[in-house]
Amino acid sequence: MLFIDLSVRNLRRHKVRSFLATVGIIIGVVAIASLGIMGSSLSTLVGGMVSDVSDTILVTPHLAASSGDPFDPRNTLAASVSTKNVALIEKAAGQHRTVPMILASDRLRVRDTSGYATIYAMPAADIPFLLEREAGLYPQGRSSGVMVGSLLADELNLHPGSRIEVGGESVRVVGVAAERGMGIDINPDYAVIVTEDWYTERHGERDYSRVVVKVSDLSAIEDVKAAIDQQINRRKEVVDVLDSREILELYYETLDAMNIFLLGIGGVSLLVASVSILNVMIISVTERTAEIGLMRSIGARKREVLRMFLYESLILGVIGSIIGGIISAAVACYASASVGDLFADFAVTGEAGIPVSVVIGYVAFAMAFGIGTSIVAGFYPAWKAAQLNPIEALRYE
Amino acid sequence: MNGEPLLRFVDVSKVYPLPAGDVVALDHVSLTVEHGEFIAVMGPSGSGKSTLLNMMGCLDVPTRGKIYLSGQEISGMSDDDLTRLRRDHIGFIFQQFNLIPLLSAVENVEFPLVLKTGRTESRQRAVEVLRMMHLDDALFSHKPGELSGGEQQRVAIARALVNDPDLLLCDEPTGNLDTKTGMAIMEILATENREGKTIVMVTHDPGVAAYARRTIRIVDGRVA
Ligand SMILES: Nc1ncnc2c1ncn2[C@@H]1O[C@H](COP(=O)(O)OP(=O)(O)OP(=O)(O)O)[C@@H](O)[C@H]1O
Ligand SMILES: [Mg+2]
Repeated sequence: MLFIDLSVRNLRRHKVRSFLATVGIIIGVVAIASLGIMGSSLSTLVGGMVSDVSDTILVTPHLAASSGDPFDPRNTLAASVSTKNVALIEKAAGQHRTVPMILASDRLRVRDTSGYATIYAMPAADIPFLLEREAGLYPQGRSSGVMVGSLLADELNLHPGSRIEVGGESVRVVGVAAERGMGIDINPDYAVIVTEDWYTERHGERDYSRVVVKVSDLSAIEDVKAAIDQQINRRKEVVDVLDSREILELYYETLDAMNIFLLGIGGVSLLVASVSILNVMIISVTERTAEIGLMRSIGARKREVLRMFLYESLILGVIGSIIGGIISAAVACYASASVGDLFADFAVTGEAGIPVSVVIGYVAFAMAFGIGTSIVAGFYPAWKAAQLNPIEALRYE
Repeated sequence: MNGEPLLRFVDVSKVYPLPAGDVVALDHVSLTVEHGEFIAVMGPSGSGKSTLLNMMGCLDVPTRGKIYLSGQEISGMSDDDLTRLRRDHIGFIFQQFNLIPLLSAVENVEFPLVLKTGRTESRQRAVEVLRMMHLDDALFSHKPGELSGGEQQRVAIARALVNDPDLLLCDEPTGNLDTKTGMAIMEILATENREGKTIVMVTHDPGVAAYARRTIRIVDGRVA
């Protein structure tokens, strides 16, 4: 207690210095905790997005962009999958269901609001297969009815029977698709869904933007992929074939890298904080050299001197970490709400908030790291203090 | 105490190796200090008085020779053992910087007691010793910076006595004080000696040395 008391008094005597060292720790802890939480909440969100589509194979045109060269002239080519290739994919997929679709974008106008919306065009029979229905009917054949995504309907207050303007033409909403969340195959929640006939009637025959293959048996994924590759990509890369697991893994890899990067930034800021503690402690030991000599002469052992200085940095670390922990928790709560909002725009369903356990985990981790860093930073000066020769220390001016 | 002197130096030398050449601070010193003695150590500046006193107080170990404290040889002891000896058996009073600036007068006196017993409730004993030094109760809670030089030395003596040491070592205890205050401090030390405390004191002042009952003269690291 005596030594803790002495440490506290010494920290109080140098309020500004102690305060600045604490601020360093606070910043470090907040950086680690909030960056960690941010990273992991992104992973959580992405994880939630693609859970129910593990049975999906996505065939997209092979882009020159995937060569990694942004100046590749082929980048400007409209990428598409030809009808002939769709037939080949169908053949390769065998009994598994193949859905070719066109992705477009067109002007959407509802009453006074207007903007651009994504349009998914696919064979009429495949719409009920891919999408659940929230209200109304599925669009049929050549009829002028369209389906709208659930969130678009909410936002624009659309119901079966409402009229909207698509590309300048007034059409009737026949149905509203159920909310589906972000998927790797389609993201219909803010889109307009039409039949392929509806689209080609207005825009002419067109190649497909992508082909989705739904396998009925997950173990068939590899075989189907191989078969598609075999059919189309024999001479040169024409299409990219990815399954949802691969895409998820890609997401996760990216996110993991980002997570580590973010934590690294946090770590660097704690490192800076630890240097400032080191500095403060070295100054403290130096200016108290004579005092240390006195204490040692009258019976303080090395380990007691060591302890006294370790307490100092420990107190800085604990106070900094507690304040930092509180701030990070508050930031996390705020961010939880706003990240949720942000991703709601991307149409993520379900849990958009950050799980409490993740917050607690990262805050605890950051606090432990902050305290640990302070102890490590304080150890060298404290050890130096303990090793001082009492006589020489006493003579020190 | 089976007849052993409190302190015995046998052929003790202390050499400080410096780049410019070795400095011999003590040169084959042999002496004994009996229980109850009051010794003044005198000599010119740089003659090795402080070195001798530090060695007596287990703050330093000799380069050659042997030192026995109550018959126990100290040169082979660990740093922890020496520290414990200082804490429990020796009281130090220096010329200046005797007190821990962050602690109040009474806390300074408590300090060695807390180190020894590990407890914080040593207040009563500290107050008792401070009163023996005729320090005004109102000053007990003052920090060293708020005390006069004489008051600080009284606190320092109280601090040195609080663990009831066998030996009191004073390195120019009156060096920073005016004559009157210095004499008051010497009266306190003389009283302690009359009550049985062994005291070894370094001083330049013959008036101060007169309080002692024996004087050791040191010249160039030798007992003259
Ligand atoms: N740590 C040290 N390193 C090197 N030389 C030292 C050290 N301590 C003391 N000396 C030298 O040893 C000699 C004796 O020093 P000491 O302090 O014992 O003298 P002193 O008699 O106490 O002098 P003063 O009356 O001025 O206090 C001096 O020459 C001094 O320079
Ligand atoms: Mg001296």
